[in-house]
Amino acid sequence: MTPLMEVRDLQVEIPLPHGNLRAIRGVSLTVDPGEAIGVVGESGSGKSITLRALLGLLPQPAKVTGGSILLDGVDVTGMPTARRQRLLTDAVSMVFQDSLTALNPVMRVGEQIAEVPRRKLGMSRTAAHSRAVDLMEQVGIPDPERRYRAYPHELSGGMRQRICIAIALSTDPRLILADEPTTALDVTIQAQVLKVIETLRRERQLGLIFVSHDLAVVSQTCSRVYVMYAGRVVESGDIGTMLRDSRHPYTYALLRSVPDPDAPVHRLITIPGQPPDLTAAVDGCSFAPRCPFAAAECTVQDPPLVPVRYDHTHVTACLRWETAEHWPQWSHPTEPNHIEPGQPLSEAKS
Amino acid sequence: MKYLLYVVRRLVQLIPVLFGISLLVFLLLKIVPGDPAVTLLGSHVTDEGVAALHQQLGLDHPLWQQYLTFLGKLLHGDLGESYQYQSSVSSLVFQNLVPTIWLVVTGALFAVIITVPLAVWAASHRNGFGDNTIRTIPLIGLGMPAFWLGIMLVLLLSLKAGAFPASGFGDGFANHVKSIILPGLTLALALVPILVRSLRASMIDVLQSDYITTAKAKGLTGRRVIFGHALRNAAISSVTVLGVNIAYLIGSTVVVERVFALNGIGYLMLTAIFNRDFPIVQGVTLVFAVMVVLVNLFTDMTHAALDPRVRLA
Amino acid sequence: MTAVTAQGASVERMRVRRRQRNVPLVAGLTLLLLIVLAAICAPLLTHWDPIQQDLVNARATPGTPGHLLGTDALGRDVLSRLLYGARVDLRVGFLAVISPFIIGTVLGLISGWFGGWLDMVIMRIVDVVVAFPFFVLVIAIVFALGAGTGSVYVAITVVGWVAYCRIVRGEVLVAKEQEYALAARASGLPTWRILFRHLLPNVVLQAVIYSMSDIVLTILALVTLGYLGLGVPPPTPDWGSMISDGQQFLLTQWYLATIPGVAVVITGLALALVADGLVERFGRR
Repeated sequence: MTPLMEVRDLQVEIPLPHGNLRAIRGVSLTVDPGEAIGVVGESGSGKSITLRALLGLLPQPAKVTGGSILLDGVDVTGMPTARRQRLLTDAVSMVFQDSLTALNPVMRVGEQIAEVPRRKLGMSRTAAHSRAVDLMEQVGIPDPERRYRAYPHELSGGMRQRICIAIALSTDPRLILADEPTTALDVTIQAQVLKVIETLRRERQLGLIFVSHDLAVVSQTCSRVYVMYAGRVVESGDIGTMLRDSRHPYTYALLRSVPDPDAPVHRLITIPGQPPDLTAAVDGCSFAPRCPFAAAECTVQDPPLVPVRYDHTHVTACLRWETAEHWPQWSHPTEPNHIEPGQPLSEAKS
Repeated sequence: MKYLLYVVRRLVQLIPVLFGISLLVFLLLKIVPGDPAVTLLGSHVTDEGVAALHQQLGLDHPLWQQYLTFLGKLLHGDLGESYQYQSSVSSLVFQNLVPTIWLVVTGALFAVIITVPLAVWAASHRNGFGDNTIRTIPLIGLGMPAFWLGIMLVLLLSLKAGAFPASGFGDGFANHVKSIILPGLTLALALVPILVRSLRASMIDVLQSDYITTAKAKGLTGRRVIFGHALRNAAISSVTVLGVNIAYLIGSTVVVERVFALNGIGYLMLTAIFNRDFPIVQGVTLVFAVMVVLVNLFTDMTHAALDPRVRLA
Repeated sequence: MTAVTAQGASVERMRVRRRQRNVPLVAGLTLLLLIVLAAICAPLLTHWDPIQQDLVNARATPGTPGHLLGTDALGRDVLSRLLYGARVDLRVGFLAVISPFIIGTVLGLISGWFGGWLDMVIMRIVDVVVAFPFFVLVIAIVFALGAGTGSVYVAITVVGWVAYCRIVRGEVLVAKEQEYALAARASGLPTWRILFRHLLPNVVLQAVIYSMSDIVLTILALVTLGYLGLGVPPPTPDWGSMISDGQQFLLTQWYLATIPGVAVVITGLALALVADGLVERFGRR
């Protein structure tokens, strides 16, 4: 099966006065039609930039300097900008983190949903209107006819995010990119919105790339996960393996850094240190300075992605992954923070 | 509905301002050094004459009473009598109002027609050659006297090229249009530098917003993105800037009318100044202020129409 | 808006502050300095008396030996009138903004700090003054008081304080929530001391930046008044009256009306550059 979207060794640079910032330093991922994958990492890891590159909408000074993006097996990287953007925007949609800024403040929300059917697909006004109302119903907005005429600032956060999802669906995409769509929402609303995304995805067989800093949220909707750090993928695999048997110190630290509200009060576990300076050349593994398991070999060479399993479904960029079982406090069945896929972290039991 | 309430609220807020305007205009004449009666009588000054005139003009009453009389007359549309012409100030104003209104409307129209393409171009091609050229416009335009610009336009387009009349308002609609183009252009170009700077800055700001990315992600054409989304949002803050500067625009008509010998109320005012005709000066000043207040109300209404968030305030 | 840091790139705006030399400020100040120097050194740069008429040599074109920019209808040297006119226009332009600045700043401080009905009253007065078009009110006041530089100072003061009041008030509204203001109040200092020793230095910056554009505006007003015959009384040279005089000869000696205008534009350019440079250095507008 041809992957819906495939990224091969993508490099993105941002020229700045004080140096060239290598925001993406060789990222590869694939999404099959109808598949939901997650991309996890902290701020600055490059996850949002990756999404923008997949839309062909990198912000001004940033440029793709290497690698390729394939849509349905066709390389779009070499194409003239206009054509590339058209192909990508036809097939791919994006849902942003901040629904308030993602919506035009002076335009009624219904009109924003109806805009593509009307302008791009050439529907008549009434047809576009009903299409928009229809979409609003599908994303679970009550009383859509009345809400059609509302302005973004008149709606609640959860409602707005549903509008954004409806807008994303209005182009009839095959792949949805979600950039932390629930981060700005309350936990209860979060669950509702996630449910909407998941239901629609399954109904329409959409691909989904879900970007978040929260591995648990990702685990609720995605079957595979890529973990990014400092502009590259440091581990990837299916969600169950990642949660139970992660083989990269960063992933493991991410898992452990979420506090367990049911556990007795401990000191919060944080990852000490800062993400690295991406304008500088990297000597060795970029996580090494912060890694509790780093050894001398880790500072020599940036580790390549190596398979943990024969079939390459689990890869990691850690040189010491094989010895992970012997690292202190690594996952044991009796360890706290042992998580099942789809289980919110707050329910993690030992 | 919210919009109507907003308009009503704004109208109510106007009332104290209108009172203040009348007070200021009233005081304007009171600061003139010398006795107005003496001025009026000119060379026929006698003590009895002065006293009689004082009584006739109500100058022997206390100041606040004079103001109330003034206000009373005002509310009846009476702006006083011209010293020089044998007619009421109000009728003179009405006679000369038309060219001024033509001028203001043409000026505002030209200002918008010139500003929008320049600002949109500059913002879309940021740091390009066109953008950098356009950015110098506010620098040069800030210090450019409107009347000098008018004279230059007359020199180039009227005297040298013979394309437009150098002065006057002409007879008949067609001639009006021909005559108003250069003055309107002058007025507009006085405002364009500020507007271009403001609209360009807003556009650049807006083009970096997330909702523009959303619009692009929808696959809409560049034109639709700019005109359907970006411009409307950018225009909002520019309408405010326009509103703030519209008073300046209206005031500049006085000078522009002089340059082009356009017989509008500004011209009327200047002639009155040279004839020491105080009532006309006072009356025209008042009319100008009321004009500004009305135009500001109009821009506020436009602002609220463009930006639904304002209607809550 | 998140700036790009070396650690990573956030997708939100990537605005970078250039740590280069402030070109507008340097260019503007240089130009301004040149203009001011030219005005001050007028006697050194030209030996012609600006008001002395020389009908024999009237209407000389620029480049005539001895008259770099020609002479006007009354035989007066244009360059000399330009330079001496600069003295008048620049001096009045700079001085005239002082009293609006002071009055506006003080009223803005009071209005912003005390709030309440005092603020409301002052703001209403502002609304009333602002309702009058700039030129109209200036002309009316100058007319009422009689033409001359004294009237110009009064007129500019009456009309000009408003902008400073608004700007300073806006700054005060923000500043009074800052910690240093709260600390000053908590320590029980007398109000006037808080206002002038603590608040003022922090809020006055934007007013100073604005004053640069205000000087341009004032010079424009003065020149316009001169054009209308309401400014500096003749025969003292003034750019505005020079343009007015020159307008009659537009077809034949077009330079008579053009040159003074160019002088005004260049002066305005210098001040605009300085204002831009200050904004670049200190932010906002």
